[in-house]
Amino acid sequence: MSTSRSRPKKADRIIYRRPLSLVDRPTHFCPGCGHGTAHKLIAETLDILKIREKTIGVAPVGCAVMAYHYLNCDISEAAHGRTPAVATGIKRCQPDRIVFSYQGDGDLAAIGMAETIHAANRGENITVVFVNNSVYGMTGGQMAPTTLNGQKTATSPCGRDSRSMGTPIRICELLNTLESPWHIERVALDGPAGIRKARKALLTAFKGQMEGKGYSLIEILSPCPVHMRLTPREAVRFIKEGMIPAFPLGVFRKEGKPVT
Amino acid sequence: MRNRVLMNGNDAIGEGAIRAGCHAYFGYPITPQNELTAYMAKYMPEHGRVFIQAESEVAAINMVFGAVVTGKRAMTSSSSPGISLKQEGLSYLAAAELPAVIVNVQRGGPGLGNIAPSQADYFQATKGGGHGDYHLIVLAPNSVQEMHDFTINAFALADRYRNPVMILTDGRLGQMMEPLVLYKGPPPKSPPKPWSLTGARNRKPNHIRSLLLDVDALEERNLILQAKYKTILNELVGFDEYLTQDAQVLAIAYGSSARIAKGAVDQARAKGIKAGLLRPITLWPFPRARIRQLAAKVKGILVVEMSAGQMLEDVQLAVGERSPIAFEGRMGGAVPEASAVLTALQHLNKPTGKGARS
Repeated sequence: MSTSRSRPKKADRIIYRRPLSLVDRPTHFCPGCGHGTAHKLIAETLDILKIREKTIGVAPVGCAVMAYHYLNCDISEAAHGRTPAVATGIKRCQPDRIVFSYQGDGDLAAIGMAETIHAANRGENITVVFVNNSVYGMTGGQMAPTTLNGQKTATSPCGRDSRSMGTPIRICELLNTLESPWHIERVALDGPAGIRKARKALLTAFKGQMEGKGYSLIEILSPCPVHMRLTPREAVRFIKEGMIPAFPLGVFRKEGKPVT
Repeated sequence: MRNRVLMNGNDAIGEGAIRAGCHAYFGYPITPQNELTAYMAKYMPEHGRVFIQAESEVAAINMVFGAVVTGKRAMTSSSSPGISLKQEGLSYLAAAELPAVIVNVQRGGPGLGNIAPSQADYFQATKGGGHGDYHLIVLAPNSVQEMHDFTINAFALADRYRNPVMILTDGRLGQMMEPLVLYKGPPPKSPPKPWSLTGARNRKPNHIRSLLLDVDALEERNLILQAKYKTILNELVGFDEYLTQDAQVLAIAYGSSARIAKGAVDQARAKGIKAGLLRPITLWPFPRARIRQLAAKVKGILVVEMSAGQMLEDVQLAVGERSPIAFEGRMGGAVPEASAVLTALQHLNKPTGKGARS
């Protein structure tokens, strides 16, 4: 067009584009699922810090396992729960690379609790992205360590009864009792503000790893509408009204010191 | 360090791993392999390499998984109950075709058992152990020297075939001290590992995975693995023969049982019995063809093991009806006595050769 010369260059007008670290492919996730958003936030972080080419992700059993379809970086699977151990092996052998794990609540807080605690306690210089959606997703909505009291799942059909099934495990608070972690923060995908906070938290964690600060864990409260037995919109409300009261948001560990 | 030294078997494995270029070792305490973990704790950091005492055997094998996906050499060691815990990890390593070295210093079982030497993990080591259709390469040393040498070879084989390699030994070989000559050469050459996860710089991302939801794709993957196992079967079978040339009775034993059997073979020869010994060095692949060949020439075969008769089944498969097979075995950490092996060889040497206990 003849008027184009007077307008800004086309590239300058782009205000949003798919992160380079995210593969251009529709996800297999259910409608309203938070994994797609969490993936995109990680991809944006890798882009912002320009570390895609030196990053290795570890994705364990569960909905998380398909991460290699969507994140445009080197990725290894891990056996269920062993994610921090695999990440430890990778990082110790390549200290100059950026290593993150991407784990669900079953993986991180049930079968992999030992690996979770000990990787944190060793202060491994890795970033743990913990997607807490209060249920086992891939296997069909069973009770997770983070299922709320009274929450109905495939294996707590009458609702989680704390007298026989325990209460939701608060991972950030638990790990904050250790001396070694550098950054621990809980965020929620409960709306645009929450998503922005999640991105900022991931940026802090990955940047810390680049600077050799040590272990960081970002817990992301995330919707799983299908297994929460809610519509996508209701699932977001469930995060706000159900999950956040049980899992308070905030920074628990900052610069290696507990936040009081 | 002098080249000829006195060492226990566990330390000899550790020093072998270091000289083979093992970059990372992950262990967890369990008797009778503790010397090895302690050796690595002391010497790996001195060589600027990675040592971690893991929170469990499960974590240790998965740290090995992480280490080897970077293309570096890595090892873990344990003893029977701990090796049971590593089976899931071994299946994942085999599925992803990752080179790793695993040492099992066997002890008496089942269950917690005891800390005496045993060979009762043969099935677990050679038949898969974990889930799915896979094989480990399994090496069986019978001296401190071989503990050292086989460890170096284990890293070479793991890389050559992109497959986990197990050194299957026992508490006796782990604990006993013998003089040995330390390996002086360079670490075995490491092939290029374009599959390793080093960061997707100037290349497409690499993925290490074993999940293949599509049935056809997973079957195709299995066929590739099976083709590799066939290659290993053709290329790698290792065994040692002692006085088999004219042997009329043949003992078959591996590891420390083979030392006892060898003594009994000597005693039998002194009594005029033409006895010989075949000692499998690779338990998988098993020297089936050679055993079949020898079976056609001898009056009887005696399998000697520290188990209820596990390798015995592989010998039976190899031999079929070609020869009677007897078995001399002890369990629970007990060790076969040379006198009992001798008696069994004498029994097999009787004109009928019948009455074999198999």
